Amino acid sequence: MNKARIGLFVTCLVDLYRPSVAFAAIKLLEDAGYQVEVPEAQTCCGQPAFNSGDFGNTREIARQVIDAFADFDYVVGASGSCIGTIRAHYPDLFENDPAWLAKARDLSAKTYELTSFLTDIASIDTVESSFRGEVTYHDSCSGLRELGVKQQPRKLLDSIDGVSVNEMQHSETCCGFGGTFCVKFPEISTRLASDKVDNICDSRAPVLLGGDLGCLLNISGRLQRLDKPVRVFHVAEVLADMADGAAIGEGED
Amino acid sequence: MQPQSHRFKQNVSVALQDVQLQKALERVQEGFVDKRAAVVSTLPEFEQLREQGKAIRNHVLDNLDFYLQRFESQVQARGGQVHWAENAQQARDIVRDICKRVGAKMVIKGKSMISEEIALNDALEADGLDVVESDLGEYILQLAQEPPSHIIAPAIHKTKAQISELFYHAHQKLGYTRKLDTVPDLVNEAREVLRSRYLEADVGITGANFLVAETGSNIIVTNEGNGDLSCTLPRVHIVTASIDKVVPTLDDASALLRLLARSATGQEITSYTTFSSGPKRAGDPDGPDEYHVVLLDNGRTEMLAGAFRDMLRCIRCGACMNHCPVYGVIGGHSYGWVYPGPMGSVLTPNFLGLDEAGDLANACTMNGHCASVCPVKIPLPDLLREHRRRQFERKLQPRFARFALAAWATIVRRPRHYQPLMSMGIRILNRLGRGKGRFKSLPMLGAWTQTRDLPAPQTQTFQSLWKKQRGDER
Repeated sequence: MNKARIGLFVTCLVDLYRPSVAFAAIKLLEDAGYQVEVPEAQTCCGQPAFNSGDFGNTREIARQVIDAFADFDYVVGASGSCIGTIRAHYPDLFENDPAWLAKARDLSAKTYELTSFLTDIASIDTVESSFRGEVTYHDSCSGLRELGVKQQPRKLLDSIDGVSVNEMQHSETCCGFGGTFCVKFPEISTRLASDKVDNICDSRAPVLLGGDLGCLLNISGRLQRLDKPVRVFHVAEVLADMADGAAIGEGED
Repeated sequence: MQPQSHRFKQNVSVALQDVQLQKALERVQEGFVDKRAAVVSTLPEFEQLREQGKAIRNHVLDNLDFYLQRFESQVQARGGQVHWAENAQQARDIVRDICKRVGAKMVIKGKSMISEEIALNDALEADGLDVVESDLGEYILQLAQEPPSHIIAPAIHKTKAQISELFYHAHQKLGYTRKLDTVPDLVNEAREVLRSRYLEADVGITGANFLVAETGSNIIVTNEGNGDLSCTLPRVHIVTASIDKVVPTLDDASALLRLLARSATGQEITSYTTFSSGPKRAGDPDGPDEYHVVLLDNGRTEMLAGAFRDMLRCIRCGACMNHCPVYGVIGGHSYGWVYPGPMGSVLTPNFLGLDEAGDLANACTMNGHCASVCPVKIPLPDLLREHRRRQFERKLQPRFARFALAAWATIVRRPRHYQPLMSMGIRILNRLGRGKGRFKSLPMLGAWTQTRDLPAPQTQTFQSLWKKQRGDER
């Protein structure tokens, strides 16, 4: 039987900031029995333009993504917000363009967030990882509310021996990242990040995990500015047993 | 009130430093969010009820002219009068004229956001009328000379200590000289002070939660009973309402009331649900001699015809602001006008324009919590994005932001150029930052690095690593 082919949507932040998340995603998907490819003609899903009201550029970027991933059985990415853009918003962009609307709907229907794909589509319920310890989990907003990602990462984490999730208070409350929001309204953003940091520290878990790199960069940046010893990883790194290196924002020194 | 939405960023800076405000805002979680969650969890059909609420409101909007005319004819049939106001000025004038004609000296008011929208109190006071707010929150704000900061809990920004102080000063001349420190004592004192005012008032003005086309009834919900007194005791009752408040039948209204109480205060039903359907009839023991409904458009017809139509489904429960992380830390006054939070950020630019209120549409992280709790499923983030689209098209965003976005889009749309360019940039950033793993400051990125470290890139870009790995394997 031919393996189903997955096109990995890398996401711009993973591409630039943390390639280990993409390698982790590839390992998890290959272990689940899929053939994974990475189309070269991908950059970003267009969300920064979309949420800035620049629908023209968003449409152009969306066409680029639609073309690059048209031939795959599935498209998977390790980010709720990028996948949410493709799944929940691409079709709306082409309301008045029947040909592209059909393509956008095709793409939307086969595109999944990583943990949701692994559990809901690939029916994976256990992963092997040497990671040990207590973690706490931040539910990133787009994954949670646009895609219904909530139990999936927890289910996979629970399958690792010696990993337990200490739920923080208000894990579903926004961390204040919000894409360009974090630099347009830095005071509000910082306050929300500080509240998130308080809840993380109160959970007593030494590690924070999440499924969206944007939020994790924001939270880790605030944790480190406040000298909190909590280490931050993308959940895919832990699930793929690739969290033995430096956490987000940790250096060689 | 004079709009202050253009000062949003300054307002935010002040609000975030306001210790009393921050203390007061802590009550939103327990008082609204937790209570709503508890009551919703006991009603399995709540999600279906939301669908039903959305369908009722959409049906009304599709047939608004019909239901408004039916409402008017029912009010007339019961001896009341409907007045149509195209804008705030007309609405104010209609109310002022009624007050003048009946020789009113004193007006008692139930809570009405429309009266805030049209700045009615100022107009009536300028005519020499004595205006008294009877909703406890509004009464507190009248003493403090402040606008509401929440659509159902107008004084949510005030702490108990601040309220005690206000009462102590305002009520001394009435013989109340004790400083109070419990909520029941404060409520009782306000109740005593207000009780005689209902009897003195010539005109009672209330808002409307729903206008029922089938019966010509106005429905208001309160937890204090002040609405009942405001509309039954004075000789004249004036309802101030916007045209979108109409619903077809009493059945529809009861479905929406179930949604409203749960979404707003986490109650199954509010303490008082008051129906008023006209002046006193022969044989009625009480009720007003005259009954007027002022129906305000103020731009709503225009919204109905355009991209913001969904916003008119709103039943003013306040759940969106209660669940908004931004509202939760900046409070309602930061928004600078009558309607705060997500619903306000959609409405205010519609009423005041994007030049005045453009910041509101951007002060949202697109977290979607508001839409997920909205009882009539208004896609609030999408509507905020629609404002941003208009700002973009009118080039209203700051020049630097527009330039940065255009430059970014130019590169992102060209993967063949994007990848080598990013690869080079990331190599440099990695080299600079890999020792510490993060940056304490970076040029142009002060908005981030002033309060947050910026993680350094882990290594090279994924695409260049992947290409190398593929090459090695071949």
